[in-house]
Order: sequence, then structure tokens, then C-alpha cells
Amino acid sequence: MTEPRAADSGIGIETHVHPGTAIDVQPRLVEIRGLSKYYVRGDQVIPVLVDIDLVIDAGEFIALMGPSGSGKSTLLNLIAGIDKPSSGEILVGGVDIATLSDADLALWRASHIGFIFQFYNLMPVLTAFGNVELPLQLTSLSRSERRERVETALALVGLSDRATHLPNELSGGQQQRVAIARALITDPTLIVADEPTGDLDRTTAEEILALLERLNDEIGKTIIMVTHDPKAAEKAHRLVHLEKGVLAD
Amino acid sequence: MFVPLLVLRNAFRHKLRTTLTVVGIIVAITAFGLLRTIVDAWYAGANASSAARLVTRSSVSLVFLLPLNYAPKIRQVPGVESVAWANWFGGVYIDERNFFAQFAISPSYLDLYPEFVLKDAERKAFLADRVGALAGRKLADKYGWKIGDQIPLRGTIYPGTWTFTLRGIYDGAEEGTDTSTFFFHFDYLNEAIKRQFPRRADQAGVFIEQLRNPEDAAAVSAAIDATFRNSLAETLTETEKAFQLGFVAMSEAILLAIQAVSYVVIVIIMAVMANTMAMTARERYGEYATFKALGFGNGFVAMLIFAESLGIALFGGLLGVAFTFPMAELFASTVGSILSGFRISEETIVMQLVAALVIGVVAAAVPAWNAARVRIVDGLRAIG
Repeated sequence: MTEPRAADSGIGIETHVHPGTAIDVQPRLVEIRGLSKYYVRGDQVIPVLVDIDLVIDAGEFIALMGPSGSGKSTLLNLIAGIDKPSSGEILVGGVDIATLSDADLALWRASHIGFIFQFYNLMPVLTAFGNVELPLQLTSLSRSERRERVETALALVGLSDRATHLPNELSGGQQQRVAIARALITDPTLIVADEPTGDLDRTTAEEILALLERLNDEIGKTIIMVTHDPKAAEKAHRLVHLEKGVLAD
Repeated sequence: MFVPLLVLRNAFRHKLRTTLTVVGIIVAITAFGLLRTIVDAWYAGANASSAARLVTRSSVSLVFLLPLNYAPKIRQVPGVESVAWANWFGGVYIDERNFFAQFAISPSYLDLYPEFVLKDAERKAFLADRVGALAGRKLADKYGWKIGDQIPLRGTIYPGTWTFTLRGIYDGAEEGTDTSTFFFHFDYLNEAIKRQFPRRADQAGVFIEQLRNPEDAAAVSAAIDATFRNSLAETLTETEKAFQLGFVAMSEAILLAIQAVSYVVIVIIMAVMANTMAMTARERYGEYATFKALGFGNGFVAMLIFAESLGIALFGGLLGVAFTFPMAELFASTVGSILSGFRISEETIVMQLVAALVIGVVAAAVPAWNAARVRIVDGLRAIG
């Protein structure tokens, strides 16, 4: 097993890169044991996820696939810490996030999770620069330090010349790249992407997927992506299928 | 700077909605200030009263006059420093709409009112001229009167046209002093009444007493009234403030209604603002959910809503305070001297700003609570 090496992600923060292919044995980043999620509607219990066991290694690019209602977005939300399981364990970097309080979970997300949403979820009143800078407002970095990192992140996604544009002045693909820059800015442990190409045309979708692939290959970011798109899934190292809330082989 | 910038930009995201809300707040705060000022003006006479003056009138009604020979008897009552008298004239200057108070006063009257500041030369000229008159600065400015002008008044209680020569214009020693009254000599009026209506002569509408010690007001009042008990014209003596409040009491129901309306106006705009903020917050659930997903807490989301609401409310409130001044001037010029002492007090301005603050806080309370409690996954579903 090769030792992971530290590298500069380009945002000025060290990251660990796994140099080889997925067959290299790497530290387990995400461990899910006996995970279940139910909703209660009156006296009806609706299972969304049932007894999920899953391991994701650092540096992997995972695609969660399945028909609508299979629970893939719910699984992603649970791993990202924006929802809580009904039972089971979710260890991310050794921390059982299911046991964290809401306040601790928020702090944990700020440091460890980078979000990429289907509809970008940018703040309409902030420029591209302001949107990318948003997660850094929770840190103790100075204004100049934040500026440096944001500029680096925008350069990484090829939008340096769009820093002062508002979201409504950007195309869908550009907005998603801003969202990706925002997701990277705190050098998170994990990037979660929920249908990142769902609102894009084919060409733009390819560009975004290529960017995600680059983030995984060159910077070693662990990416978990929910997608319906088989072409998007091709970029992933591993496909995880869900059907009616259970993992399908 | 990030949060203020975010709040400011969010506040003006829907320019029309925010503008209309601000206009509503301006109108409400201006109306609130104006109505409070009207109520204050009603009480202005009472508030400007001296604690060292008493007013004696007929115990039956202010309409009935008292014999002038009461004056030396009142002067003899222990505790009384000096006595003056006055009669309400009630004349018309050109048109009935030109209302202002007019009194026929005794020579000693001005000594009891040191708050009427008059130049020595003008005072002497007034005292020396039988048909001389004094006017307050506000009154003189309103009609453009100058020293030496002939001022005709058409009598209503005392028939005929009465022409006076303006000998002095008095100013108020303090900002709240009324300077919208017209004074002329009681003797001039009395002489004319003796000729035309002899049975009405030598009678005064009110006596005003200067106390040696203001703390003796109750005792001196009782002593004066005791002096004339069981006479044909019994008296009622009270402090000047109580006398003025007696006029206010006649309009108490109206004043209560005005005060109630002033608060209702605030409640109405609060409801409007609450609706605006509720609508705004609901539209942004997706953004709030994104903030939370990125690591911002529930408190941050609530703070954004409160800050925006307070910003809009205080902005409208400040403009409302500013608009109150020209509106008050317009109102004052319209009502003339019916409500003298029409000025916006510091207390009213503070109340206006507090009202704006309360509007901002109350309007944001429920939307902030709801937004803070929205689950991230539920909020994210609102997008797309």
C-alpha cells in the first residue's frame, strides 16, 4: 500500500491524495452500519432506507443510483449530515455524526462537507465571489486570506472573469461551477453532489462532470454523487444501486 | 460587512414590495407623531401653566361674570401676592375662520405673566394707549401685523366693531409659551359696556391670583371661595393648571379616541409588515436551508430576518419622523390658533422611533421562528 501524500489542492490547504487506482487499500472515510430512516404519517410508518451497510474509502468517486423514491437522496442527506437517521451509525472520518447535536452537526458540516445541489442553490443577491466566499465567513480567516482562497477556487473552475457577476448573470453551467468552487473552498473531507447535472444540457453537463472528475483525480477529493444519468455515473469509480430503500447488488 | 450587505441587498430584492412597505411605515409613523402632537397641543395650555397662579371664576359657569369689586377682597386673602382680571372677548377678525383668543385685561395682568416677554418701550406704549393692544409673535406673524397697525375686531359677545392699535408684540420666554393671543385694555371694554349695556359693566370673567407661595394653593383657593360663599356670585378657585385641564376635559372623549387611533395605526402597519416578512421568509426557505446546510446556525437565519425587518422598519421610521415636521407645520397653519403650542416634543420623536422598532421586531418574530425551525431537507425541496 502506498503512503498517501500531502498535496496543495490549489486553495492553499493541504489534502491527502491517493496516488493509485481504486484497488489501493485506503483509509475508510465513510462507514455506514445498519442505517435506517423512517417517516411517520399518522399511524403509518413509511420506510425510506432499511438496514444499509456501506463503506466509502477516501478518494473514491461514488455514484448513488436508483429509481425515483429509492432513497438515494435520503442516503446522501444522511451522509452529509443534513438529516438524521432513525437508527444505525454513520461514521465519517471516524465521527458518528448521528450522535451529534444540531449545533455540532452544523459546525461539522461547515468543515467537512462541500455541497453541490441540482439547482446550484446560490444566493441571488451575492456575486459569484460572494457565494464562493460564503462558507469562509464561518472561519477566522482574514479578509485578504478569504479573498486569496476565493480567487484560487474561481480560477480552478475557470470563472475568474465572472467573480463580480450575480447568479442571474451566469449561465446554468457557470452557476454550477460557482457552486463547485463554493463546495471546495473549505477543503472539505467529502463532496456531496445531488444530481449536479440534472438542470444542465448535455454539453454543459459533460463539462461539470469533467470538473468533478478532475477534482477527484488531481486533488483526491472524495465525491458521492446522486444521479439518474448513466453518463454521469460512468465517471464514478463505483456505482451503488438502491431500490426501495435497500442496497441492490 | 458581509451580513449588513446581505441584509441590505435582500431588503431591496423586491423593490416594489419594500418601497410600498416603507411608504406604509412612513405614513403610519407620521400619523402617529401627528396625532400625539395634537393631543400634546390640547394639553399645552395646562402644561404651560404656572404653579404660582390661581384662577377664580363663577362657581355656576364660566359664562357668568363676577363683580369687579371682588378684586380688592381677593387681594386681602392671605397668601395672595397680586390680582388681575380678564374677560373673554370672542371677536371676529375679518372672517370667522380667523379664530384666535382675545382677552380684555387689567393693567396688572402682564405682571402675573412674566413668560410673556415684551420690550419695555412696547409695554409702556400699550399701557399708555387706551385702545392699545398686544399680540403674540405667532399671531402677528400669521397676519403680518406690525407695531402701529389698526386691528379691527367685530364683536360677537360685545356688539360693534372694535378697532385697536397694535402697540406691542410679545414673545414666549420658553418654547412652549403660547404666543397666539390678543390682549387689549379691560377699561376700554368696560367703558363702552357702561355706555351701551350698563348692567353688564364692572364685571370680570376671571380673576387671576399670584401666590406668595405655590404650596399654599389649596388653602388660598379655599379661602377665596369662602370669602364669597353664600353671595349672589359664588366663586370657584383652582390652580391655573386645573382650570386649563377643565377645558381639556370637555374634549376628553375626543382625545382618547385620537390616542386610540394613533396606536391602531401602528398595529395596522405592524400587521402589514408582518405579512410582508412572512411572505419574504417563505420565498427564501430554500436559501435559509442552504445557509444551514453550509454550516450557518438557526440563529443566523433568524438574525437575517430580524435584521431585514428592523432595517426596513427603522428606515421607514426615520423618514416618518422627518415627514412629521412639515406635516405638523401644515396642520398648524390649517388649524390656526385653535391649538396653540403645536410642536413636536422629543418624547413624541422617541415614541415614533420606538414604534418603528416594535414594528420591526414583532413583524419578524413569527417568520424568524418558523425559518429557524425549518428542516434543511424540507427547505431544499422548495428550490427547483
